[in-house]
Amino acid sequence: MYKILSKKPLNSTVIQMEIEAPLVAAKAKPGQFIILRVDEEGERIPLTIAGTNVKTGAVKIIFQLVGATTKKLGAKQAGESIEDFAGPLGVATKTEGIRKVCIIGGGVGCAIAMPIAEEFHRLGAQVTSIIGFRNQDLVILEEEFRACSDRLTVMTDDGSYARHGNVTVPLKEMLEAGEQFDEIIAIGPLIMMKFVTLTAKPFGTPVTVSMNPIMIDGTGMCGGCRLTLTRDGERVTKFACVDGPDFNGYEVDFDEAMRRGRMYSDFEREAHERACRLLSEKEGVE
Amino acid sequence: MMAVQAKKNPMPTQPPEVRAHNFEEVATGYTREIALAEAQRCLNCKHAPCISGCPVNINIPGFIGKMKDGDFAGAVQIILQSSSLPAVCGRVCPQETQCEAKCTMGIKFEPVAIGRLERYAADWYLSQPAQTISTDPSNGRKVAIVGSGPSGLTCAGDLARLGYSVTVYEALHRAGGVLVYGIPEFRLPKSIVAQGIETLRRQGVNFETNVIIGKTLTVDELFEKGFDAVYIASGAGLPMFTGIPGESLNGVYSANEFLTRANLMQAYRENPVTPIMKGGKVAVIGGGNVAMDAARTALRLGAKQVNIVYRRSMEELPARREEVEHATEEGIIFNLLTAPIEILGFNDETDARNPKNGFVTGMRCQRMELGEPDAGGRRRPIPIPDSSFVLEADTVILAIGTTPNPLIKNTTEGLEVNKRGGIIVNDAGLTSRENVYAGGDAVTGTATVITAMGAGKRAAKAIDAQLRTQ
Repeated sequence: MYKILSKKPLNSTVIQMEIEAPLVAAKAKPGQFIILRVDEEGERIPLTIAGTNVKTGAVKIIFQLVGATTKKLGAKQAGESIEDFAGPLGVATKTEGIRKVCIIGGGVGCAIAMPIAEEFHRLGAQVTSIIGFRNQDLVILEEEFRACSDRLTVMTDDGSYARHGNVTVPLKEMLEAGEQFDEIIAIGPLIMMKFVTLTAKPFGTPVTVSMNPIMIDGTGMCGGCRLTLTRDGERVTKFACVDGPDFNGYEVDFDEAMRRGRMYSDFEREAHERACRLLSEKEGVE
Repeated sequence: MMAVQAKKNPMPTQPPEVRAHNFEEVATGYTREIALAEAQRCLNCKHAPCISGCPVNINIPGFIGKMKDGDFAGAVQIILQSSSLPAVCGRVCPQETQCEAKCTMGIKFEPVAIGRLERYAADWYLSQPAQTISTDPSNGRKVAIVGSGPSGLTCAGDLARLGYSVTVYEALHRAGGVLVYGIPEFRLPKSIVAQGIETLRRQGVNFETNVIIGKTLTVDELFEKGFDAVYIASGAGLPMFTGIPGESLNGVYSANEFLTRANLMQAYRENPVTPIMKGGKVAVIGGGNVAMDAARTALRLGAKQVNIVYRRSMEELPARREEVEHATEEGIIFNLLTAPIEILGFNDETDARNPKNGFVTGMRCQRMELGEPDAGGRRRPIPIPDSSFVLEADTVILAIGTTPNPLIKNTTEGLEVNKRGGIIVNDAGLTSRENVYAGGDAVTGTATVITAMGAGKRAAKAIDAQLRTQ
């Protein structure tokens, strides 16, 4: 069992938790992920590590209440425990040789982008951050980003807060103004990462994206997290759990990844509704 | 002298039409009467060729001799001297190519049903109240085992009995490795595996789940933590894909993924938390035991039709005969001398948002014939021109093998691997690193449970011999 050390809502649908897992905390690097199960009957879900505290053995996770499992996890309180917590998995984000970086976070993807921005800041790189959200209510981690970025642009899709528009707008402006980045690192919805890549393409700036496909074991056994890259004209199969989760944006087949992400959407909707019913019944009894 | 019974006593099974719809064990096991009768068939020959056919060298005539007298406790004690998991081996070992292939009875008649007798004795033992298991007094030495599959468990058991303090590290949330994520319930009930692990715990073996060696801890850190030796039994890794178009369509699984969802994550239950595609028409590519397991699991999940697609003929099909027979009885269709060339998906050209887009609709296959033998001596399948056809399917499962997991190799300096990624070991299981041993699928690539157990046994012996000198 792994104890929940703290719990804090970041907005109405995003929760931050610290889980006691000293072995994971001691090893984790930005960009890596963990796999957890909430209870004995639970499914395994991957979540990217949003920070660690080696002293307290805490691993920070930030998740959106999107499905049955995240709802169940979100219903847990500090002091309670979850069944399983394993990691760190995946390859850490590459930082060597990058002096000027543009970090782009979309929605809950900012939770993953933030520790990466912090890491570059710590290493002395010049950090430009662009973070985007659907609306004002969903904005998270703005202060944290401000603290580790040399420059920060906040965007909302509906213009209810900060600048109106999506993250590719300021990116394009900067690139057109002649801004040179050693690397653009984009983390968020697949559609956002696809369009960041397309925006950067005419300028030839390298783009790294963080993939979050459906996973079961996360340790290089099941092959469910496979994605297709086009490398030197050849289509190659790679696995997000052991080869990623970071990939070269220019190589990723985003359309295929989006389609694979919808494989169980009917099932997930039903499971989510079931979980909501159960949770509301439970609350009704208490 | 009694007349010789020429044939094995058949294994009682659930009727095919019943078992095709449940996950209960197919073979229900000998009764006491059948076990006693079968034990009588053993000639107790002096040279006991069967023992050499067993990868862990169980004293087979010895345990069968005890069974003849109805002394099942005595029989089990003999088996346990060589094997930690007899209830598992009695179910999943390919005895027909091992011990039973060497049986003297088999020269003129059918061999003794050694596997079935082993299973009976082991199940009898599990039905008795748990007994204390004697181990040698602690010798103060610590051994870490990476992976809790058959190889790791065997090595752990042998070392614990010799007085070692053994810790088994498992990456997943449950111990058992392929015995819990791969082999289905109807062939090996999870409760049998759990009892085997419980027995090891009672011998003092410590299990640490959710620890991924190579990630959470490295092999070098295990030595820093005070372990004197490490046995790597991390098993097979990523599944292989064929490279034909359409493998990324929705509804295409590796057998590892399909079986893990069904077994470890229990997707077969009503309202499972982990989803799996059920029902419809399923095509399984491959002809090994894993292909049989996937096909029969799909059937039990409610598939209307399950097709095995294998490019050679029945003669070359590598699965155990018993599994093939069971699958055939249950209604699995074998498409032999057939190779897949493309997996086909739904694509609504007028509506890119049609939710059916990208889901499998079928598989284009072609007929094959066997040509000249290849380097390995197997006749090479050759496509027959203009023979392609479409096999309808909404789920396609690829069961064509695996490659070794890269996590440990990538984080252990000085650990040599071959070009396929398998860890290189000597006859004793020693790797290129001092006091680091390896065995099972991590070394050989996809093999059998008992081969992996044999490797665990050899490594335990080698580790003991080595640590005694240090």
